Amino acid sequence: MNISLLLQMAADAMPDRAALGSLDYAGLASRAAAAAGWIAGREPGRVVYLGLNSPAFPVALFAAAAAGRPFVPLNYRLPDADLRRLVERTTPCLLIADPDLLPRVADLAGVDGVSSDAFLAFAANGGSGALETEADEDDIALLLFTSGTTGEPKAAILRHRNLAAYVVQTVEFAGSEEDEALLVSVPPYHIAGVSAALTSIYGGRRVVQLPAFSPEAWVALAARERVTHAMVVPTMLGRILDELERGGETLPALRHLSYGGGRMPVAVVERALAMLPHVDFVNAYGLTETSSTIAVLGPEDHRRALAGDAACRRRLGSVGRPLPSVEIEIRGPDGAPVPAGTPGEIHVRGEQVSGEYIGRKVIGDDGWLRTADSGWLDDEGYLFIDGRLDDVIVRGGENISPGEIEDALRAHPAVQDAAVFGLPSEEWGECVAAAVVIEGETDAQALRDWVRGRLRSTKVPEQIHFRPALPYNETGKLLRRALKAEFSRT
Amino acid sequence: MELKTGSRWKSAVCATELAVVRPAKEEVTLECGGRAVIAIGADRPSDGVVAPAHAAGTLLGKRYVDEPSGLEVLCTKPGAGSLAVNGRALTLREAKRLPSSD
Repeated sequence: MNISLLLQMAADAMPDRAALGSLDYAGLASRAAAAAGWIAGREPGRVVYLGLNSPAFPVALFAAAAAGRPFVPLNYRLPDADLRRLVERTTPCLLIADPDLLPRVADLAGVDGVSSDAFLAFAANGGSGALETEADEDDIALLLFTSGTTGEPKAAILRHRNLAAYVVQTVEFAGSEEDEALLVSVPPYHIAGVSAALTSIYGGRRVVQLPAFSPEAWVALAARERVTHAMVVPTMLGRILDELERGGETLPALRHLSYGGGRMPVAVVERALAMLPHVDFVNAYGLTETSSTIAVLGPEDHRRALAGDAACRRRLGSVGRPLPSVEIEIRGPDGAPVPAGTPGEIHVRGEQVSGEYIGRKVIGDDGWLRTADSGWLDDEGYLFIDGRLDDVIVRGGENISPGEIEDALRAHPAVQDAAVFGLPSEEWGECVAAAVVIEGETDAQALRDWVRGRLRSTKVPEQIHFRPALPYNETGKLLRRALKAEFSRT
Repeated sequence: MELKTGSRWKSAVCATELAVVRPAKEEVTLECGGRAVIAIGADRPSDGVVAPAHAAGTLLGKRYVDEPSGLEVLCTKPGAGSLAVNGRALTLREAKRLPSSD
Protein backbone atom coordinates (compact mmCIF):
# COMPACT_ATOMS: atom_id res chain seq x y z
CA MET A 1 0.00 0.00 0.00
CA ASN A 2 0.99 3.58 -0.65
CA ILE A 3 2.07 5.56 2.42
CA SER A 4 -0.38 8.37 1.59
CA LEU A 5 -3.14 5.94 2.59
CA LEU A 6 -1.80 6.06 6.18
CA LEU A 7 -2.69 9.75 6.38
CA GLN A 8 -6.04 9.27 4.64
CA MET A 9 -6.99 6.58 7.16
CA ALA A 10 -6.03 8.87 10.05
CA ALA A 11 -8.06 11.72 8.55
CA ASP A 12 -11.08 9.39 8.11
CA ALA A 13 -10.88 8.12 11.68
CA MET A 14 -9.86 11.29 13.55
CA PRO A 15 -10.65 14.31 11.33
CA ASP A 16 -10.80 16.80 14.21
CA ARG A 17 -7.79 15.61 16.16
CA ALA A 18 -4.78 17.98 16.26
CA ALA A 19 -2.11 16.78 13.82
CA LEU A 20 0.49 19.49 13.47
CA GLY A 21 0.52 23.09 14.68
CA SER A 22 -2.93 24.50 13.97
CA LEU A 23 -3.77 21.71 11.49
CA ASP A 24 -6.07 18.85 12.38
CA TYR A 25 -5.92 15.51 10.55
CA ALA A 26 -8.56 16.52 8.02
CA GLY A 27 -6.68 19.74 7.32
CA LEU A 28 -3.34 17.98 6.90
CA ALA A 29 -4.84 15.38 4.55
CA SER A 30 -6.65 17.96 2.43
CA ARG A 31 -3.43 19.95 2.08
CA ALA A 32 -1.53 16.83 1.07
CA ALA A 33 -4.29 15.96 -1.44
CA ALA A 34 -4.23 19.46 -2.94
CA ALA A 35 -0.44 19.46 -3.07
CA ALA A 36 -0.49 16.03 -4.76
CA GLY A 37 -2.75 17.44 -7.46
CA TRP A 38 -0.45 20.41 -7.86
CA ILE A 39 2.66 18.16 -8.08
CA ALA A 40 0.94 15.92 -10.65
CA GLY A 41 0.47 18.98 -12.87
CA ARG A 42 4.21 19.78 -12.95
CA GLU A 43 6.84 18.17 -15.17
CA PRO A 44 7.58 14.54 -14.21
CA GLY A 45 10.43 14.00 -11.78
CA ARG A 46 11.34 13.46 -8.17
CA VAL A 47 10.20 15.75 -5.37
CA VAL A 48 13.22 17.15 -3.53
CA TYR A 49 12.71 18.75 -0.11
CA LEU A 50 15.35 21.15 1.15
CA GLY A 51 14.20 22.64 4.40
CA LEU A 52 14.03 22.53 8.16
CA ASN A 53 11.27 20.79 10.09
CA SER A 54 8.09 22.69 9.21
CA PRO A 55 4.52 21.82 8.11
CA ALA A 56 5.80 21.82 4.51
CA PHE A 57 7.71 18.61 5.26
CA PRO A 58 4.86 16.18 6.06
CA VAL A 59 2.63 17.84 3.45
CA ALA A 60 5.31 17.33 0.78
CA LEU A 61 6.08 13.78 1.97
CA PHE A 62 2.47 12.58 1.68
CA ALA A 63 1.75 14.64 -1.45
CA ALA A 64 4.74 13.19 -3.29
CA ALA A 65 3.59 9.70 -2.26
CA ALA A 66 0.05 10.27 -3.50
CA ALA A 67 1.41 11.72 -6.76
CA GLY A 68 3.60 8.63 -7.20
CA ARG A 69 6.85 10.64 -7.12
CA PRO A 70 9.92 9.59 -5.13
CA PHE A 71 10.49 12.00 -2.23
CA VAL A 72 14.07 13.12 -1.57
CA PRO A 73 14.75 15.18 1.57
CA LEU A 74 18.25 16.67 1.41
CA ASN A 75 20.72 17.83 4.03
CA TYR A 76 20.68 21.63 4.08
CA ARG A 77 23.82 21.69 6.22
CA LEU A 78 26.00 20.46 3.37
CA PRO A 79 28.39 22.96 1.78
CA ASP A 80 27.13 24.39 -1.52
CA ALA A 81 29.32 22.23 -3.75
CA ASP A 82 28.19 18.96 -2.09
CA LEU A 83 24.55 20.01 -1.99
CA ARG A 84 24.55 21.01 -5.65
CA ARG A 85 26.12 17.68 -6.60
CA LEU A 86 23.34 15.80 -4.77
CA VAL A 87 20.61 17.88 -6.41
CA GLU A 88 22.20 17.17 -9.81
CA ARG A 89 21.94 13.46 -9.00
CA THR A 90 18.17 13.81 -8.44
CA THR A 91 17.21 15.79 -11.57
CA PRO A 92 14.75 16.19 -13.17
CA CYS A 93 13.10 17.29 -9.97
CA LEU A 94 10.54 19.55 -8.39
CA LEU A 95 12.42 21.29 -5.60
CA ILE A 96 10.54 22.52 -2.53
CA ALA A 97 12.96 24.62 -0.49
CA ASP A 98 12.88 27.03 2.43
CA PRO A 99 13.04 30.57 0.98
CA ASP A 100 16.59 31.19 2.23
CA LEU A 101 17.84 27.84 0.86
CA LEU A 102 16.19 27.98 -2.58
CA PRO A 103 18.82 30.25 -4.22
CA ARG A 104 21.58 27.75 -3.38
CA VAL A 105 20.40 25.25 -6.01
CA ALA A 106 17.46 26.71 -7.96
CA ASP A 107 19.65 27.67 -10.96
CA LEU A 108 20.69 24.07 -11.71
CA ALA A 109 19.49 22.47 -14.96
CA GLY A 110 16.47 20.22 -14.53
CA VAL A 111 15.38 21.88 -11.27
CA ASP A 112 11.84 23.27 -11.03
CA GLY A 113 12.11 25.28 -7.82
CA VAL A 114 9.38 26.56 -5.51
CA SER A 115 9.64 28.02 -2.02
CA SER A 116 8.11 26.05 0.84
CA ASP A 117 5.90 29.08 1.64
CA ALA A 118 4.47 29.14 -1.89
CA PHE A 119 4.07 25.35 -1.79
CA LEU A 120 2.06 25.53 1.45
CA ALA A 121 -0.08 28.28 -0.07
CA PHE A 122 -0.94 26.05 -3.08
CA ALA A 123 -1.70 23.23 -0.65
CA ALA A 124 -4.02 25.41 1.44
CA ASN A 125 -6.08 26.58 -1.54
CA GLY A 126 -6.80 23.24 -3.10
CA GLY A 127 -10.20 22.17 -1.84
CA SER A 128 -10.82 19.06 0.20
CA GLY A 129 -10.57 15.96 -1.98
CA ALA A 130 -9.39 12.63 -0.60
CA LEU A 131 -5.83 11.41 -1.08
CA GLU A 132 -6.31 9.13 -4.06
CA THR A 133 -3.44 7.43 -5.75
CA GLU A 134 -2.74 5.11 -8.63
CA ALA A 135 0.82 4.58 -7.44
CA ASP A 136 1.97 1.01 -7.03
CA GLU A 137 3.33 -0.17 -3.72
CA ASP A 138 6.47 -1.35 -5.51
CA ASP A 139 7.15 2.26 -6.44
CA ILE A 140 9.90 4.19 -4.73
CA ALA A 141 8.56 6.29 -1.86
CA LEU A 142 11.79 7.74 -0.55
CA LEU A 143 15.41 8.29 -1.51
CA LEU A 144 17.72 9.10 1.38
CA PHE A 145 21.35 9.95 0.91
CA THR A 146 23.15 8.08 3.68
CA SER A 147 25.39 10.26 5.79
CA GLY A 148 28.48 8.76 4.20
CA THR A 149 31.27 9.13 6.73
CA THR A 150 33.58 8.34 3.82
CA GLY A 151 33.19 8.69 0.07
CA GLU A 152 30.29 9.91 -2.02
CA PRO A 153 26.86 9.52 -0.31
CA LYS A 154 24.78 6.55 -1.48
CA ALA A 155 21.11 7.02 -2.33
CA ALA A 156 19.19 4.44 -0.30
CA ILE A 157 15.86 3.39 -1.82
CA LEU A 158 12.80 2.81 0.36
CA ARG A 159 9.68 1.59 -1.40
CA HIS A 160 6.10 2.16 -0.31
CA ARG A 161 5.85 -1.48 0.70
CA ASN A 162 8.89 -1.18 3.02
CA LEU A 163 7.70 1.94 4.84
CA ALA A 164 4.03 0.87 4.98
CA ALA A 165 5.02 -2.55 6.38
CA TYR A 166 7.08 -0.86 9.10
CA VAL A 167 4.24 1.43 10.13
CA VAL A 168 1.39 -1.09 9.94
CA GLN A 169 3.31 -3.81 11.75
CA THR A 170 4.67 -1.68 14.58
CA VAL A 171 2.04 0.99 15.31
CA GLU A 172 -1.52 0.53 16.50
CA PHE A 173 -3.75 2.60 14.24
CA ALA A 174 -5.27 5.58 16.10
CA GLY A 175 -3.84 4.00 19.25
CA SER A 176 -2.53 7.21 20.82
CA GLU A 177 -4.28 9.08 23.61
CA GLU A 178 -5.76 12.35 22.50
CA ASP A 179 -3.32 14.43 24.58
CA GLU A 180 -0.19 12.78 23.19
CA ALA A 181 2.31 15.03 21.43
CA LEU A 182 5.59 14.00 19.83
CA LEU A 183 8.52 16.40 19.68
CA VAL A 184 10.50 15.85 16.46
CA SER A 185 14.01 17.27 16.56
CA VAL A 186 15.77 15.01 14.06
CA PRO A 187 15.98 16.63 10.63
CA PRO A 188 13.70 15.69 7.70
CA TYR A 189 16.57 14.08 5.76
CA HIS A 190 17.17 11.50 8.49
CA ILE A 191 15.17 8.23 8.38
CA ALA A 192 13.99 8.92 11.92
CA GLY A 193 12.51 12.24 10.76
CA VAL A 194 10.51 10.46 8.07
CA SER A 195 9.45 7.54 10.25
CA ALA A 196 8.39 9.95 13.03
CA ALA A 197 6.01 11.66 10.61
CA LEU A 198 4.58 8.34 9.39
CA THR A 199 4.18 6.57 12.73
CA SER A 200 2.85 9.53 14.71
CA ILE A 201 0.23 10.31 12.09
CA TYR A 202 -0.89 6.68 11.80
CA GLY A 203 -1.06 6.44 15.59
CA GLY A 204 -2.95 9.73 15.92
CA ARG A 205 -0.31 11.65 17.82
CA ARG A 206 0.13 15.41 17.49
CA VAL A 207 3.49 16.40 16.00
CA VAL A 208 5.49 19.30 17.44
CA GLN A 209 8.44 20.28 15.25
CA LEU A 210 11.71 21.79 16.39
CA PRO A 211 13.36 23.38 13.34
CA ALA A 212 16.92 23.27 14.67
CA PHE A 213 18.15 21.53 17.80
CA SER A 214 19.61 23.30 20.77
CA PRO A 215 19.10 21.95 24.31
CA GLU A 216 17.55 25.24 25.45
CA ALA A 217 15.05 25.31 22.56
CA TRP A 218 14.21 21.61 22.98
CA VAL A 219 13.45 21.92 26.69
CA ALA A 220 11.48 25.16 26.26
CA LEU A 221 9.36 23.72 23.43
CA ALA A 222 8.76 20.43 25.26
CA ALA A 223 7.55 22.34 28.32
CA ARG A 224 5.41 24.84 26.40
CA GLU A 225 3.69 22.23 24.20
CA ARG A 226 3.32 19.71 27.03
CA VAL A 227 5.15 17.17 24.91
CA THR A 228 4.53 13.57 25.99
CA HIS A 229 6.83 11.72 23.56
CA ALA A 230 10.21 12.47 22.01
CA MET A 231 13.09 10.82 20.21
CA VAL A 232 16.67 12.02 20.56
CA VAL A 233 20.07 10.98 19.25
CA PRO A 234 22.92 10.32 21.71
CA THR A 235 24.60 13.72 21.53
CA MET A 236 21.28 15.44 22.31
CA LEU A 237 20.38 13.58 25.51
CA GLY A 238 23.37 14.56 27.64
CA ARG A 239 22.96 18.20 26.65
CA ILE A 240 19.21 18.09 27.41
CA LEU A 241 19.96 16.69 30.88
CA ASP A 242 22.50 19.49 31.49
CA GLU A 243 19.86 22.04 30.49
CA LEU A 244 17.23 20.47 32.78
CA GLU A 245 19.71 20.61 35.64
CA ARG A 246 20.64 24.22 34.89
CA GLY A 247 17.09 25.55 34.49
CA GLY A 248 15.25 23.34 36.97
CA GLU A 249 12.62 22.25 34.43
CA THR A 250 11.27 18.75 35.18
CA LEU A 251 9.03 18.16 32.12
CA PRO A 252 6.10 16.67 34.09
CA ALA A 253 4.10 15.98 30.88
CA LEU A 254 6.86 13.88 29.32
CA ARG A 255 6.04 10.15 29.44
CA HIS A 256 8.20 8.53 26.86
CA LEU A 257 11.69 9.24 25.57
CA SER A 258 13.33 7.08 22.94
CA TYR A 259 16.91 7.30 21.87
CA GLY A 260 18.89 5.83 19.02
CA GLY A 261 20.97 6.66 16.01
CA GLY A 262 24.28 5.79 17.62
CA ARG A 263 25.85 4.32 20.69
CA MET A 264 24.52 5.92 23.87
CA PRO A 265 26.96 5.86 26.81
CA VAL A 266 25.40 3.83 29.64
CA ALA A 267 26.31 6.58 32.12
CA VAL A 268 24.08 9.05 30.26
CA VAL A 269 21.15 6.61 30.27
CA GLU A 270 21.55 6.02 34.00
CA ARG A 271 21.64 9.75 34.63
CA ALA A 272 18.49 10.22 32.52
CA LEU A 273 16.67 7.44 34.39
CA ALA A 274 17.56 9.05 37.71
CA MET A 275 16.64 12.58 36.63
CA LEU A 276 13.36 11.69 34.89
CA PRO A 277 11.81 8.91 37.00
CA HIS A 278 8.33 9.52 35.54
CA VAL A 279 9.50 8.82 31.96
CA ASP A 280 9.51 5.53 30.02
CA PHE A 281 12.81 5.07 28.19
CA VAL A 282 13.25 3.16 24.94
CA ASN A 283 16.46 2.42 23.10
CA ALA A 284 16.00 1.73 19.40
CA TYR A 285 18.35 0.38 16.76
CA GLY A 286 17.73 0.67 13.07
CA LEU A 287 19.22 1.73 9.78
CA THR A 288 18.11 3.90 6.91
CA GLU A 289 17.99 0.71 4.83
CA THR A 290 15.52 -0.91 7.26
CA SER A 291 12.90 1.89 7.31
CA SER A 292 14.00 2.79 10.87
CA THR A 293 13.76 0.61 13.99
CA ILE A 294 14.46 -3.14 13.96
CA ALA A 295 15.19 -3.73 17.67
CA VAL A 296 14.00 -2.06 20.87
CA LEU A 297 14.94 -2.07 24.52
CA GLY A 298 11.69 -1.18 26.26
CA PRO A 299 10.70 0.70 29.41
CA GLU A 300 10.46 -2.49 31.50
CA ASP A 301 14.05 -3.41 30.61
CA HIS A 302 15.19 0.05 31.69
CA ARG A 303 13.34 -0.17 35.00
CA ARG A 304 14.73 -3.61 35.77
CA ALA A 305 18.22 -2.33 35.02
CA LEU A 306 17.78 0.57 37.41
CA ALA A 307 16.44 -1.79 40.08
CA GLY A 308 19.67 -3.60 40.02
CA ASP A 309 20.39 -7.17 38.97
CA ALA A 310 23.65 -7.44 37.07
CA ALA A 311 22.32 -9.13 33.91
CA CYS A 312 19.63 -6.46 33.56
CA ARG A 313 22.09 -3.67 34.16
CA ARG A 314 24.32 -5.07 31.46
CA ARG A 315 21.39 -5.01 29.04
CA LEU A 316 21.24 -1.23 29.33
CA GLY A 317 24.17 -1.42 26.95
CA SER A 318 22.07 -3.40 24.45
CA VAL A 319 19.45 -2.31 21.92
CA GLY A 320 16.96 -4.86 23.20
CA ARG A 321 15.25 -7.53 21.16
CA PRO A 322 14.23 -7.65 17.49
CA LEU A 323 10.75 -6.42 16.55
CA PRO A 324 8.31 -9.33 16.12
CA SER A 325 8.12 -8.51 12.40
CA VAL A 326 11.86 -8.84 11.68
CA GLU A 327 14.46 -11.58 12.01
CA ILE A 328 18.00 -10.87 13.17
CA GLU A 329 20.98 -13.22 12.88
CA ILE A 330 24.63 -12.81 13.74
CA ARG A 331 26.91 -14.40 11.19
CA GLY A 332 30.62 -15.12 11.17
CA PRO A 333 33.09 -14.35 8.38
CA ASP A 334 32.10 -17.62 6.65
CA GLY A 335 28.47 -16.45 6.45
CA ALA A 336 27.17 -19.06 8.92
CA PRO A 337 25.17 -18.04 12.02
CA VAL A 338 27.24 -17.98 15.24
CA PRO A 339 26.10 -19.06 18.73
CA ALA A 340 24.82 -16.62 21.37
CA GLY A 341 27.60 -14.56 22.92
CA THR A 342 29.79 -14.65 19.81
CA PRO A 343 30.26 -11.43 17.86
CA GLY A 344 29.79 -11.23 14.11
CA GLU A 345 28.02 -9.25 11.43
CA ILE A 346 24.37 -8.37 12.10
CA HIS A 347 22.00 -9.61 9.38
CA VAL A 348 18.34 -8.62 9.18
CA ARG A 349 15.30 -9.74 7.20
CA GLY A 350 11.74 -8.42 7.06
CA GLU A 351 9.29 -6.57 4.85
CA GLN A 352 10.53 -3.20 6.10
CA VAL A 353 14.07 -4.01 4.97
CA SER A 354 14.99 -2.56 1.59
CA GLY A 355 18.73 -2.96 1.14
CA GLU A 356 18.72 -1.20 -2.22
CA TYR A 357 20.65 1.80 -3.41
CA ILE A 358 20.38 3.52 -6.75
CA GLY A 359 22.32 1.29 -9.11
CA ARG A 360 23.10 -1.37 -6.51
CA LYS A 361 21.21 -3.99 -4.56
CA VAL A 362 22.85 -5.26 -1.39
CA ILE A 363 20.07 -7.53 -0.16
CA GLY A 364 20.29 -11.27 -0.85
CA ASP A 365 17.68 -13.14 -2.90
CA ASP A 366 16.64 -14.77 0.39
CA GLY A 367 15.80 -11.32 1.79
CA TRP A 368 18.70 -11.06 4.26
CA LEU A 369 20.53 -7.75 4.50
CA ARG A 370 24.10 -7.50 5.75
CA THR A 371 24.14 -4.41 7.94
CA ALA A 372 27.94 -3.92 8.10
CA ASP A 373 27.38 -3.50 11.85
CA SER A 374 29.17 -5.79 14.24
CA GLY A 375 27.30 -7.17 17.25
CA TRP A 376 26.19 -10.18 19.27
CA LEU A 377 23.08 -11.66 20.87
CA ASP A 378 22.96 -12.77 24.49
CA ASP A 379 21.25 -15.99 25.54
CA GLU A 380 17.88 -14.24 25.87
CA GLY A 381 18.07 -12.64 22.45
CA TYR A 382 19.17 -9.15 23.47
CA LEU A 383 21.22 -7.51 20.77
CA PHE A 384 24.47 -5.72 21.59
CA ILE A 385 26.01 -3.45 18.96
CA ASP A 386 29.78 -3.21 18.82
CA GLY A 387 29.92 -0.65 16.02
CA ARG A 388 30.59 -0.59 12.32
CA LEU A 389 32.35 -3.67 11.05
CA ASP A 390 34.98 -1.32 9.58
CA ASP A 391 35.66 0.01 13.08
CA VAL A 392 36.51 -3.40 14.50
CA ILE A 393 40.20 -3.56 15.38
CA VAL A 394 42.05 -6.69 14.32
CA ARG A 395 45.00 -6.97 16.69
CA GLY A 396 47.18 -10.01 16.18
CA GLY A 397 44.23 -12.00 14.81
CA GLU A 398 41.92 -11.00 17.66
CA ASN A 399 38.82 -8.95 16.79
CA ILE A 400 38.43 -6.12 19.25
CA SER A 401 35.36 -3.88 19.31
CA PRO A 402 35.89 -0.24 20.22
CA GLY A 403 32.57 0.12 22.06
CA GLU A 404 33.40 -1.66 25.30
CA ILE A 405 36.81 0.00 25.57
CA GLU A 406 35.15 3.39 25.08
CA ASP A 407 32.61 2.54 27.78
CA ALA A 408 35.44 1.58 30.14
CA LEU A 409 37.28 4.84 29.44
CA ARG A 410 34.12 6.94 29.82
CA ALA A 411 33.51 5.38 33.22
CA HIS A 412 36.71 7.09 34.49
CA PRO A 413 35.74 10.21 36.48
CA ALA A 414 38.07 12.51 34.51
CA VAL A 415 37.03 11.28 31.05
CA GLN A 416 34.33 13.28 29.29
CA ASP A 417 34.36 11.38 26.03
CA ALA A 418 36.38 8.66 24.33
CA ALA A 419 36.88 7.15 20.90
CA VAL A 420 38.78 3.93 20.25
CA PHE A 421 40.12 2.92 16.86
CA GLY A 422 42.79 0.79 15.24
CA LEU A 423 46.09 2.15 13.97
CA PRO A 424 48.62 0.32 11.81
CA SER A 425 51.15 -1.65 13.85
CA GLU A 426 54.14 -3.57 12.54
CA GLU A 427 53.94 -6.02 15.39
CA TRP A 428 50.18 -6.68 15.57
CA GLY A 429 48.81 -5.57 12.21
CA GLU A 430 46.67 -3.11 14.12
CA CYS A 431 47.00 -1.72 17.61
CA VAL A 432 44.38 -0.21 19.90
CA ALA A 433 44.44 3.59 20.04
CA ALA A 434 42.19 5.99 21.90
CA ALA A 435 41.37 9.69 21.67
CA VAL A 436 39.95 11.07 24.89
CA VAL A 437 38.52 14.32 26.13
CA ILE A 438 39.33 14.91 29.79
CA GLU A 439 38.28 17.32 32.46
CA GLY A 440 40.46 17.20 35.53
CA GLU A 441 43.67 15.39 36.33
CA THR A 442 44.76 12.16 34.71
CA ASP A 443 47.36 10.88 32.28
CA ALA A 444 47.78 8.13 29.71
CA GLN A 445 49.30 5.66 32.15
CA ALA A 446 46.52 6.16 34.69
CA LEU A 447 43.91 5.56 31.98
CA ARG A 448 45.69 2.44 30.76
CA ASP A 449 45.73 1.11 34.33
CA TRP A 450 42.02 1.94 34.63
CA VAL A 451 41.16 -0.05 31.49
CA ARG A 452 43.44 -2.92 32.55
CA GLY A 453 41.42 -3.16 35.75
CA ARG A 454 38.24 -3.73 33.73
CA LEU A 455 39.11 -5.50 30.50
CA ARG A 456 41.63 -8.04 29.37
CA SER A 457 45.10 -6.78 28.57
CA THR A 458 44.84 -7.00 24.77
CA LYS A 459 42.13 -4.32 24.96
CA VAL A 460 44.26 -1.77 26.79
CA PRO A 461 44.98 1.13 24.40
CA GLU A 462 48.62 1.26 23.38
CA GLN A 463 48.26 4.89 22.34
CA ILE A 464 46.15 7.51 24.11
CA HIS A 465 45.76 10.95 22.54
CA PHE A 466 44.22 13.87 24.41
CA ARG A 467 41.84 16.06 22.42
CA PRO A 468 39.60 19.06 23.17
CA ALA A 469 36.66 17.38 21.38
CA LEU A 470 35.84 14.33 19.27
CA PRO A 471 34.38 14.37 15.76
CA TYR A 472 30.71 13.46 15.43
CA ASN A 473 28.42 13.66 12.44
CA GLU A 474 25.35 15.79 12.93
CA THR A 475 23.12 12.91 13.99
CA GLY A 476 25.44 11.92 16.77
CA LYS A 477 27.53 9.16 15.21
CA LEU A 478 31.10 9.11 16.45
CA LEU A 479 33.43 9.35 13.44
CA ARG A 480 36.11 6.87 14.50
CA ARG A 481 37.31 6.59 10.93
CA ALA A 482 38.13 10.31 10.84
CA LEU A 483 40.38 9.87 13.87
CA LYS A 484 41.90 6.74 12.43
CA ALA A 485 42.72 8.59 9.21
CA GLU A 486 44.14 11.55 11.12
CA PHE A 487 46.42 9.52 13.37
CA SER A 488 47.43 7.09 10.64
CA ARG A 489 48.97 10.00 8.77
CA THR A 490 51.04 11.28 11.67
CA MET B 1 -7.56 -13.74 -6.82
CA GLU B 2 -3.93 -12.91 -6.16
CA LEU B 3 -3.82 -11.45 -2.67
CA LYS B 4 -0.31 -10.02 -2.87
CA THR B 5 1.15 -8.18 0.12
CA GLY B 6 0.19 -4.54 -0.17
CA SER B 7 -2.49 -5.12 -2.81
CA ARG B 8 -5.76 -3.29 -2.22
CA TRP B 9 -9.31 -4.62 -2.47
CA LYS B 10 -12.83 -3.49 -1.77
CA SER B 11 -16.08 -5.09 -0.82
CA ALA B 12 -18.59 -5.72 -3.60
CA VAL B 13 -21.48 -5.05 -1.23
CA CYS B 14 -20.41 -2.41 1.34
CA ALA B 15 -17.98 0.47 1.84
CA THR B 16 -15.14 -1.74 3.20
CA GLU B 17 -11.67 -1.30 1.68
CA LEU B 18 -8.69 -3.51 2.52
CA ALA B 19 -4.94 -3.84 2.07
CA VAL B 20 -3.19 -7.19 2.31
CA VAL B 21 -0.62 -7.23 5.14
CA ARG B 22 0.43 -10.88 4.82
CA PRO B 23 -0.45 -13.20 1.92
CA ALA B 24 -2.17 -16.55 2.27
CA LYS B 25 -0.04 -19.67 1.99
CA GLU B 26 -2.46 -21.12 -0.56
CA GLU B 27 -4.97 -19.78 -3.10
CA VAL B 28 -7.99 -18.45 -1.20
CA THR B 29 -11.06 -16.32 -1.91
CA LEU B 30 -11.46 -13.33 0.37
CA GLU B 31 -15.04 -12.30 0.95
CA CYS B 32 -16.68 -9.33 2.54
CA GLY B 33 -20.39 -9.25 3.38
CA GLY B 34 -20.73 -12.71 1.86
CA ARG B 35 -19.35 -11.85 -1.62
CA ALA B 36 -15.84 -12.08 -3.06
CA VAL B 37 -13.96 -8.77 -2.79
CA ILE B 38 -13.13 -6.87 -5.97
CA ALA B 39 -10.06 -4.88 -7.10
CA ILE B 40 -9.80 -1.42 -5.55
CA GLY B 41 -10.27 0.29 -8.91
CA ALA B 42 -13.29 -1.80 -9.98
CA ASP B 43 -16.90 -0.55 -9.87
CA ARG B 44 -19.19 -2.02 -7.23
CA PRO B 45 -22.08 -3.97 -8.76
CA SER B 46 -25.37 -2.18 -8.16
CA ASP B 47 -27.23 -5.26 -6.92
CA GLY B 48 -24.96 -5.97 -3.94
CA VAL B 49 -26.38 -6.53 -0.48
CA VAL B 50 -24.59 -7.59 2.68
CA ALA B 51 -25.58 -11.16 3.55
CA PRO B 52 -27.13 -11.26 7.05
CA ALA B 53 -24.65 -13.95 8.17
CA HIS B 54 -21.72 -11.67 7.20
CA ALA B 55 -22.91 -8.35 8.58
CA ALA B 56 -20.75 -7.86 11.69
CA GLY B 57 -18.90 -4.99 10.00
CA THR B 58 -15.25 -4.00 9.63
CA LEU B 59 -13.37 -1.43 11.72
CA LEU B 60 -10.96 1.13 10.31
CA GLY B 61 -7.30 0.43 11.03
CA LYS B 62 -7.91 -3.05 12.45
CA ARG B 63 -6.05 -6.08 11.19
CA TYR B 64 -7.99 -9.27 10.46
CA VAL B 65 -6.42 -12.67 10.16
CA ASP B 66 -7.32 -16.12 8.85
CA GLU B 67 -5.14 -18.45 10.91
CA PRO B 68 -5.39 -21.56 8.67
CA SER B 69 -4.19 -19.79 5.53
CA GLY B 70 -2.08 -17.09 7.19
CA LEU B 71 -3.88 -14.30 5.32
CA GLU B 72 -3.86 -10.97 7.13
CA VAL B 73 -5.58 -7.81 5.91
CA LEU B 74 -5.80 -4.23 7.14
CA CYS B 75 -9.12 -2.39 6.97
CA THR B 76 -8.41 0.95 5.28
CA LYS B 77 -12.09 1.96 5.05
CA PRO B 78 -14.81 0.50 7.27
CA GLY B 79 -18.10 -1.00 6.13
CA ALA B 80 -21.12 -3.05 7.12
CA GLY B 81 -19.93 -6.42 5.84
CA SER B 82 -17.63 -8.77 7.72
CA LEU B 83 -14.68 -10.70 6.34
CA ALA B 84 -14.31 -14.39 5.52
CA VAL B 85 -11.95 -16.67 3.65
CA ASN B 86 -13.44 -19.69 1.90
CA GLY B 87 -16.47 -19.24 4.18
CA ARG B 88 -14.44 -18.99 7.45
CA ALA B 89 -14.87 -15.73 9.37
CA LEU B 90 -11.66 -13.75 9.87
CA THR B 91 -10.73 -12.81 13.41
CA LEU B 92 -9.59 -9.49 14.77
CA ARG B 93 -5.87 -9.55 15.39
CA GLU B 94 -4.94 -8.10 18.74
CA ALA B 95 -1.60 -6.48 18.02
CA LYS B 96 1.02 -6.56 20.71
CA ARG B 97 1.74 -2.95 21.59
CA LEU B 98 5.32 -1.99 20.90
CA PRO B 99 6.93 0.99 22.61
CA SER B 100 7.27 3.85 20.13
CA SER B 101 10.78 4.46 18.97
CA ASP B 102 10.50 7.25 16.37
